[in-house]
Amino acid sequence: MYQARTRQTRAEPFAVHTGIAERLGLAHMDWQLTIAAIGLVAFSVFTLGQATAEDVPGSPGYFVDRQMIYGVLGVLGMLALSRIDYSRFRELRVGIYTFLCVSISLIFVFGFAAKGSRRAFDLPFFSFQPSELGKLLLILALAGFVIDGARRGSEVQRTLRYLCLGLAPAAFVFLQPDLGTALVYVAATLAVMYFGGVPWTHFAVIGGGIVVLIAVVLVAAPAVGTPILKGYQEERLTSFTNPDAHSDGAGYQQNQSIVAIGSGQTTGRGDRATQTRLDFVPERHTDFIFAVIGERYGFMGAVLVLSLYALLFWRALKIVTLSKNSYGTLVAGGIAVSLLFQVFVNVGMNLGIMPITGIPLPLMSYGGSSVIATFLAVGVLQSINIQARLSQKGRFAW
Amino acid sequence: MSPPPGDRIRSGNRLALRIAVLGGFAVALFAILFFRLWNLQVIDGDSYLAEAQNNRTREYRVLAPRGDILDRDGNVLVDNRTSLALVVDTSKLPEDEAEANAELKELGGLVGISLHKVKRTIREEEEVAAGAPVTLRRDVGYDLVYYLEENQRRFPGVQVQRIFVRDYPDASRAAHLLGTVGEVSEEELEENRYTGLQAGDEVGQGGVEETYDRFLRGEPGTTRVQVNAFGQPTPGGQLVSKPPAPGDNLQLSIDPKVQEAGEGALGSYPSNPSAFVTMDVNSGEILGMGSYPTYDPTVFTKPMTQAQYDEYRADPEWAPLTNRVTESHYPTGSTFKMLTALAALEGGVVTPSTTIVDNGSIEVAGQRFQNAGNQAYGSLSMVRAMQVSSDVYFYELGREMNQTDLLQNWAERLGISHPTGIDLPGEAEGLVPSKEWRDQLFAEGGTERPWAVGDNIQLATGQGDLQTDPLQMAVAYAALANGGRLVTPHVGMELEDAFGRVLKEFDPPAQREVKIDQATRDVIMQGLHDSAQTPEGTSYPVFGGFPIPVAGKTGTAQRTPHDDQAWYVVLAPYPNPRIVTVVTIEEGGFGAETAAPAALMILEAYFHKQATAVGGETVAE
Repeated sequence: MYQARTRQTRAEPFAVHTGIAERLGLAHMDWQLTIAAIGLVAFSVFTLGQATAEDVPGSPGYFVDRQMIYGVLGVLGMLALSRIDYSRFRELRVGIYTFLCVSISLIFVFGFAAKGSRRAFDLPFFSFQPSELGKLLLILALAGFVIDGARRGSEVQRTLRYLCLGLAPAAFVFLQPDLGTALVYVAATLAVMYFGGVPWTHFAVIGGGIVVLIAVVLVAAPAVGTPILKGYQEERLTSFTNPDAHSDGAGYQQNQSIVAIGSGQTTGRGDRATQTRLDFVPERHTDFIFAVIGERYGFMGAVLVLSLYALLFWRALKIVTLSKNSYGTLVAGGIAVSLLFQVFVNVGMNLGIMPITGIPLPLMSYGGSSVIATFLAVGVLQSINIQARLSQKGRFAW
Repeated sequence: MSPPPGDRIRSGNRLALRIAVLGGFAVALFAILFFRLWNLQVIDGDSYLAEAQNNRTREYRVLAPRGDILDRDGNVLVDNRTSLALVVDTSKLPEDEAEANAELKELGGLVGISLHKVKRTIREEEEVAAGAPVTLRRDVGYDLVYYLEENQRRFPGVQVQRIFVRDYPDASRAAHLLGTVGEVSEEELEENRYTGLQAGDEVGQGGVEETYDRFLRGEPGTTRVQVNAFGQPTPGGQLVSKPPAPGDNLQLSIDPKVQEAGEGALGSYPSNPSAFVTMDVNSGEILGMGSYPTYDPTVFTKPMTQAQYDEYRADPEWAPLTNRVTESHYPTGSTFKMLTALAALEGGVVTPSTTIVDNGSIEVAGQRFQNAGNQAYGSLSMVRAMQVSSDVYFYELGREMNQTDLLQNWAERLGISHPTGIDLPGEAEGLVPSKEWRDQLFAEGGTERPWAVGDNIQLATGQGDLQTDPLQMAVAYAALANGGRLVTPHVGMELEDAFGRVLKEFDPPAQREVKIDQATRDVIMQGLHDSAQTPEGTSYPVFGGFPIPVAGKTGTAQRTPHDDQAWYVVLAPYPNPRIVTVVTIEEGGFGAETAAPAALMILEAYFHKQATAVGGETVAE
């Protein structure tokens, strides 16, 4: 109390602060956001440690060790980014956007294929998936373009320009093919536009367009013999509406996931879990990790995870309101919505109410690119928060 | 510094509204997830838990080892060896037909079966039992098992199962009475005695394997195994299991020495089909039974082609699968004279002291019947007639008895032409020709003439239309020896469990008692004894030097178009026999020349063992 009061009485705006926390920006970080993010990745490590010990013969810690390293790298990246003034990224928007498009395109040349899809560069220590980092890069660049072009052209022209800028990388990713990540790009684009002030009427038109697109992709195009989606993609997208009819094929994963989560009941089955322990649920360490949580830790564990995501989103939304400038608002909004979108689609997919699209659960699913990229996004949120706090004190004001 | 261009965006109500809308939207999304979770885990959790439990377990049948079959000394005649079988669960094959075919083709290549044949096997087994795992090949090697284990993901639905295969340490020893095992047929599954079995289960086929199947086969157990999503058992995942109940061991009354000697004796006439049976005259226990040619039942434990199988059936004259002791019938020649004598004495046609003059032949209704070799024996009593096997003496009896059914009645009373009830499947009946039978056959146009006195004369010496088998003759002679009791012959002696505890003893009651006068019996027994062991007796050259007193009768049956069939029936020891041995040799000629020496080998083996038996409880009387 006493210290706080003395600080407030300090008048000089450019006073020198010697506290280490202050220097690192820790003092102005959003602690709830930090706790939510680190809590999620810690829970991920804990879950992987219990659920994947037998997955790689002779190496029980294969997944858990790596996920822990990714988590630590992510936290370090978050701390580093939080000390950078995010507004720099606005100036770098063209470079960022170019890097984004080039890195995604290079996948087609150098990427290695996994399960029929080229998504990642095979680096010495892990495979780097540029489209994961691309979620953040797209938001940073697009928000810059939106701010930059806010007064150029008519509203319709602006909307079309944003759409083109956002959908171009989404199309690249879609062609890898990675439908899930492409959808995240679309969601992020719409989120930036949403906070960029695109009129409601335009969103209504875009919404109508999406409905028509879905109808064409899933119904019309296959009907005339020129399917746009690969067979397995289409089956996955539609089978969730009636999983029993597809219980041998695409609906199988989802059925098993539902059974896994349901069998966890209130308190979970712990090591007696069978669905996620005996391979009934595929991809249990990545896309279906929520099923592992549901079965092992039950309703309690699943709600804990959902609560952490709710906290994460709530803090992100809070930062939207705090941002010291419009660029921060747009970036924070884009990050918040893309996180919300990924969580809802992934958990919904585990619960059988959303189609299987291959979207990882941020910070929970095993995978370096996803974990680190998400931490970097959280780091940007922290930066926006820190800059806002500092500017409220009158320092670094515009 | 001018305000940044986007500043108007975030000012005022517009941003607040958008944040509020997004916040509300997010609350709605989280609420959806929350209630879906609540629904799945808290409301419906029980049923999902049950589904998960069901998901992870598979029930496997664990085959029960079939009981061993032992001889009366406890030597193993049949036991099991374990083997590995390649089994395909067709429901787990890839749905895509091309993929499934590729898998089956690769699998077939590993065991040397073409895809075409693999698919045919599957189709055939599916017809019998849809959905049951299909056994592609038995007796696969460990190399293949290891290979499949290492590559199990490439072969979904393929399992290696431990199976039991019948093993015959002595190859063809007692093959006919043991029988074989084979997969239960569709028709058999409908039968009561096979309830509870599944298609593909093995049951006894023929012999005691079939008769005692319900004791031998045991009961399969079940193992519930925790499996992963690929249906593969997971380590430490054996949950509940009901152990299989092994089949009971069956001890046969077969005496290994007698059996060995009998089979050896038959084998000494390698080009003549033949048969022997040795039975305890008081209990009906079969001490030895053999039929030649024989076969090695081991061949039936391996996959057989139809052609291989047909080979065993190809020649009806040779017929190695036929048990000639119970499934064939022949005329018996002079061994039948025991029955003729019995009928005549008991029917009062003659007395033991009645004499008939044998001039070498008789003429009846313009037909001449003569002794073998045109011998003339002069004036004969019953004992003497049997000793020298005078045909004329018995022709006269046959002629005398033609007015009545005395001869037929006595033959049938002693079991000729009736199944004995032995515990072996497929027993034949036979025929005692009678006036009634032939006249009816004639009326139906089945023969060119009605009954004539010559038919009864033929029957009196065991020729003509008489059809019987060695076992029926053994039972009839045993009845004479034991004073009129028609025993039920049996090879099964007792059942033991796996620990050797006796569960059940088989002692089937006699078929019936036939009243035979003691004097009649003694006269016939003496005639038989004289025939075997006094000079001038028909088998004296064979049994004259045998130290144990016996009562035996030769037989030489005319069996057109074949050469004469040799018979010998012997009761030993005389005058209170314990065993009866019957030997018959197709186209063996005179009974004294082939069948009697074979019978001697069997008796030598039997009495040698009796004399040297440890413990002293069975010493020759």
